[in-house]
Amino acid sequence: MRKYLRLSIMLTLVVALVAISGISCGDGGDDGANETYKIGALFSTTGGASNLGVPEENTVEMMVEQINADGGINGHLLEVIIYNDETDSVKCANLANKLIEQDEVLAIIGPTTSGNSLAIIETVTSAEIPLVSCAASADIIEPVEDRYWVFKTPQTDRQIVAEIYSYLQSEGITKVAIITATSSFGTGGKKYLESEADDFGITIVANQVFDEGDTSMISQLTLIKGTDAEAVVCWAIDPESAVVALDMQTLQLEIPLLCSHGIANQGFIDAAGDAANGVIFPAGKLPVVDFVPQTDPQWEVLTTYKADYEALYEGGVSTFGGHAYDALSMVVIALEDLEDDLSIDEARAAIRDGLEQISGFAGTGGVFIMSPTDHLGMQTGSLALIEIVDGEWTWKQ
Amino acid sequence: MSIDQFAQYLISGLTDGSIYALLGLGFTIIYAVTRIINFAQGEFVMIGGMLSYTLAASAGLSIPLSILLSILSAAAVGAIMYLLAIRTARRASVVSLIIITIGFSIFVRGVAAEIWGVNTMRPPLFSGKTPLSLPFVDAVITPQAIWIIGTAVVVTILLHLFLKYTMVGKALKACAVNPEAAGLVGINSKAMALIAFVLAAVIGGTSGVVMAPHILASYDMGVMLGLKGFVAASIGGFKNPIATVVGGLLLGVVENVAVGLNWGPFTSSYKHVIALAVLLLILLIRSGRLASEERAA
Repeated sequence: MRKYLRLSIMLTLVVALVAISGISCGDGGDDGANETYKIGALFSTTGGASNLGVPEENTVEMMVEQINADGGINGHLLEVIIYNDETDSVKCANLANKLIEQDEVLAIIGPTTSGNSLAIIETVTSAEIPLVSCAASADIIEPVEDRYWVFKTPQTDRQIVAEIYSYLQSEGITKVAIITATSSFGTGGKKYLESEADDFGITIVANQVFDEGDTSMISQLTLIKGTDAEAVVCWAIDPESAVVALDMQTLQLEIPLLCSHGIANQGFIDAAGDAANGVIFPAGKLPVVDFVPQTDPQWEVLTTYKADYEALYEGGVSTFGGHAYDALSMVVIALEDLEDDLSIDEARAAIRDGLEQISGFAGTGGVFIMSPTDHLGMQTGSLALIEIVDGEWTWKQ
Repeated sequence: MSIDQFAQYLISGLTDGSIYALLGLGFTIIYAVTRIINFAQGEFVMIGGMLSYTLAASAGLSIPLSILLSILSAAAVGAIMYLLAIRTARRASVVSLIIITIGFSIFVRGVAAEIWGVNTMRPPLFSGKTPLSLPFVDAVITPQAIWIIGTAVVVTILLHLFLKYTMVGKALKACAVNPEAAGLVGINSKAMALIAFVLAAVIGGTSGVVMAPHILASYDMGVMLGLKGFVAASIGGFKNPIATVVGGLLLGVVENVAVGLNWGPFTSSYKHVIALAVLLLILLIRSGRLASEERAA
């Protein structure tokens, strides 16, 4: 008992110390020293997308510490206010308003999921504040004329679909069954799986869906087993994709399983066990960083990020933390060119312009060249086709 | 739909249905004795599932020992929930108590996310994963699915015997039928409520342990399961355990066969819509009946 008492007293002291140091930082800002740059972040650190949100939050906390330890940005300290939207788009929209109105941040990174990102586009656009989303759907940045304030860092679902289909085409597979989640991410993938199929000479012979949180896909896969599908393409994030892999194993459905980049996460391998072996998916190069040659423009950022992250956190790097790394890095690039003594609206507009002018930034997800017509700017050669072999990611070249 | 496929839908329907039935039983027991709908029922399942993972996969205990410890822990959480959260608020209305159960479930989920993190876990399968082929049809069943269906059957039979032939069971039933009259003949309704919570937690914990290797365990697994169990219990009228089990099985089978029909609204897109449509229908029918019961009382 006494041990716990001592522990709790120590914890209280630590909390008090942190609070005091926080206050003194704030005072420093008011005393005429450089103002702290405040950035907002919306991540789903609990709820359905928590496997994605947690590494994003970890990454941002790590980066803020590093940047401030190096003296901040042009002498300004960086503060990122992170809110958890609980994978709930209504909460996300409320928190976005809070960041804009109460916290008066200069830019927002996140949200984690496509659904939540789409839910706050209207909010950030009318408030005229730049948003760098960490979610996949192409609809987040298209049509670009309606997305003046919105950027994103992960590859789009259309790029991934093209990668999957061209692989299937090279393997001579023409009949596929698709099974997708009913989330925004899943429906986004479904849309492009359906629309791009013809271009690659692919026929969709079964088109099944499931809900987030579903724990059995046996029925859908039984239906697929009754067709002449030569491969299954699954579009979801990891817990449900793992269930698909496990249930295919149960039903002895021995055709290739291809997944989206939503499974680029150790959680998928942990949950699916040996059913994960043989699963193929396109994603950023982060999971296969050991296979990336030193001549690759991303080699340095990938190895540094992986080493830094794994020194601090358990569970290994994931591409999702990488998306947050890229998002915050781009905002920092824009902040570096920010002039002092701007009003908050001017600063927000200047950061937006800075983001649009980013050119040749090598991030974890790829090399980015932004432009007024492309708010992702990811260059070709940024994706790797990954196969899970003996529970490890390998680069299938 | 071929006969082979139908058999497969039926198998997965019965497996899912057994899960819903086990959840529904927990709802029914607590409701019958206390008139409280316990929205933390899914959390008992989660505790069973997550603990069995920690004990079996991480701590390396044998599967039977980890099962036993997980079930006991779930029972302890059930007792703590009743003693700390429900009993202390006993003067509150039933609606307030129901809201307390929602609060408790959020609390337990939060603690679980802190302890286990947010990743999905897979505890070891009880008896391997080689699926067994059924006779006569081309369909398979996993050993774990047999465990789940078997658990549902055994739990239902044991519960039935307990309520029918033991003194405590009869006292529970008496409280369910008429709490005031039960009090008059000397049955301690508070003790009975405690027993109901522990019993529901034991059933929840047991089912969590058995289903976790099949459906994977995560800190938030209780939410959807709780909803499905609620539907099963509604079909059973929250009072009759056998009807609850039938309701759960029916729901599981309908959901899965609907996917197989793949026609009109009966596709995988509407799998959960079907459950909720069934729930709405039952609530509509029952609300009339419940109101008339209330008037009669």
